[in-house]
Amino acid sequence: MSAEAAVGRLPAASAARRARAIERMIIYGGLIFFALIYLFPLAVMLLTSIKPLPEIHAGNILALPAEPTTDPWKAAWSTACVGVECVGLQGFYRNTFIIVIPATIIATLVGALNGFALTKFRFPYHRLVFGLILFGTFTPYQAILIPMARTLGTLGLSGSLLGLIFVHTIYGLPFTTVFARGFYYSVPQELVKAAQVDGAGFFRTFWSVMLPISTPILIVSVIWMFTNIWNDFLFGSAYAFGSNAPIMVALNNIVNTSTGEKPYNIHMASAMLAAIPTLLLYVIAGKYFIRGLMSGSVKG
Amino acid sequence: MASLEVRKVSKKFGNLAALSEVSLHAVDGEFLVLLGPSGCGKSTLLNMIAGLEPVTAGDILIGGRIVNDFAPKDRDIAMVFQSYALYPSMNVHQNMSFGMKVRGIPRAQRDAEVLRVASLLQLDSLLDRRPHQLSGGQRQRVAMGRALVRDPKVFLFDEPLSNLDAKLRVEMRTELKKLHQTLGVTVVYVTHDQIEAMTLATKVAVMKGGAIQQMATPQEIYDRPANLFVAGFIGSPPMNLVPGTLEEDRGQAVVRIGRPEDDLRLTIGALAEAARPHKGARVLLGVRPEAITPDSGDAAPGTAFDALIDVIEPTGADNLAFLTLGGAEVIARLPPNTSVAGQRIRLTIDPARAMLFNPTTEQLIG
Repeated sequence: MSAEAAVGRLPAASAARRARAIERMIIYGGLIFFALIYLFPLAVMLLTSIKPLPEIHAGNILALPAEPTTDPWKAAWSTACVGVECVGLQGFYRNTFIIVIPATIIATLVGALNGFALTKFRFPYHRLVFGLILFGTFTPYQAILIPMARTLGTLGLSGSLLGLIFVHTIYGLPFTTVFARGFYYSVPQELVKAAQVDGAGFFRTFWSVMLPISTPILIVSVIWMFTNIWNDFLFGSAYAFGSNAPIMVALNNIVNTSTGEKPYNIHMASAMLAAIPTLLLYVIAGKYFIRGLMSGSVKG
Repeated sequence: MASLEVRKVSKKFGNLAALSEVSLHAVDGEFLVLLGPSGCGKSTLLNMIAGLEPVTAGDILIGGRIVNDFAPKDRDIAMVFQSYALYPSMNVHQNMSFGMKVRGIPRAQRDAEVLRVASLLQLDSLLDRRPHQLSGGQRQRVAMGRALVRDPKVFLFDEPLSNLDAKLRVEMRTELKKLHQTLGVTVVYVTHDQIEAMTLATKVAVMKGGAIQQMATPQEIYDRPANLFVAGFIGSPPMNLVPGTLEEDRGQAVVRIGRPEDDLRLTIGALAEAARPHKGARVLLGVRPEAITPDSGDAAPGTAFDALIDVIEPTGADNLAFLTLGGAEVIARLPPNTSVAGQRIRLTIDPARAMLFNPTTEQLIG
């Protein structure tokens, strides 16, 4: 290659590099811009929740607090008025955990068992059964409100936490079943045959062979169940009353019961408190969530 | 260890007949290979022997006992799968002892058994590894170890070598044969690879379309295939099949090949009693490539012919010569460095190794 040719190519190469740099800037600029837009409400909530009321009334919602305070958070936790009682969110926090934990565990495990039975132990009419379960995922919450209220009444579970556990478990099952079915579909049938030859029955195969390899899809189910139940307002407001209400109903009551001057800082602190568990769950298990969804969908 | 018998077993999936009245027998210590192309029903039959598929009709006997309604675990069998089907969440030790654990065998006995089999298969150093940390050959050995620990009556293998690369497959084949010779267990082995069948089996059942075509020792199947399917399936390159007409000449069977004006006749020995009714009829002359040799002048009368070599494929050990004989392509296995393409060569057919097939029924004559 001649010297001129080598020199002649240099400007072209640097032009290409510059074009790439501009391209990068546009991409990152765009991403940062949208990230800021999405983070904006969160920032306003956080800032507002640590400002005393007079600062909030001063008007600028983006201004940093002159005198930061944790009082609104403390008030939201233990003294804010929820309806007529001023007991803060703490009790409702506990309520919601009492609902979320058993409903999530039961629906996840039973959903996995369903998915296993539907893919690996084909029984007569398994397609029809799966079709009906799939139908369950398309049924809107509102459609089952009244029949479910009757059912809870008949079972004597109206207004109780147990009733909410029941509703959420039942309503979560179609989803966890569909997730697990997609996952187990891609697990080779020979694994089940090997367990059969080894003498393991249905439950032993499920418990010792299938469940230990199901972590990705169990995490998907757990995240799905946890966030849905935690964020539920409709079932909570329909089937639970007073001190048995879950967190989202309590949050709504805090925001709606204040008379006279609205304590925006306490409202924001309450909303933050209500959102923290689901935020944490996504931060901790988010990458498994994506992985689990992929493993189910790509091969299923 | 025990014998295995399959009596007129049929299998239907809905209206589709996968197996029709299949009968098999493997004596104690037999290495029975079920050989056939994909879809011939060999894996279905193996799954039925294992108890993983219900039997539509007929009986399966293990150690003289009808086991049709027994669950796999009660049949005293062990199975090695094509994908190995090792439990991904368990290490090698746990994989091998799972079956014993399910059966409630005490821990000390389980450990002793695993160690015994691990040293037999040289798995000692791998006991703490998970399946994904093992190579293909190691996984294969673990799958075999899982089958060996329980000392079952019959071992079932479902194409166990087909996921290995060519070199490892040959190595494992030899290991498997050694293992069978050492342990003297009864084995039923499914494969579509005729070389595996020939090298491993004490008895081969060639299957096609849900029926057994022939069941015999590997040598017998190679030397006297019962029909055209078996003749074509066993042997590489396959048996040559040359169309002709059967004639008799002073008690000798003679096959006239090609057009009348070619006047090409091959004598294949005394006319057998079974071949007599086919006199004057169209037949297929079957000859293995190695039964065609260069004529050094001492060939039996009427067995030699001239042919033009179209192509030579050297394999190192010998040359595969492609010729035209009476309009049909014929492959001869000739010694290396004796022939070149385009050469006319005088060859002779070993009459003792020639056989006749009925072109309509496709069955061996005689």
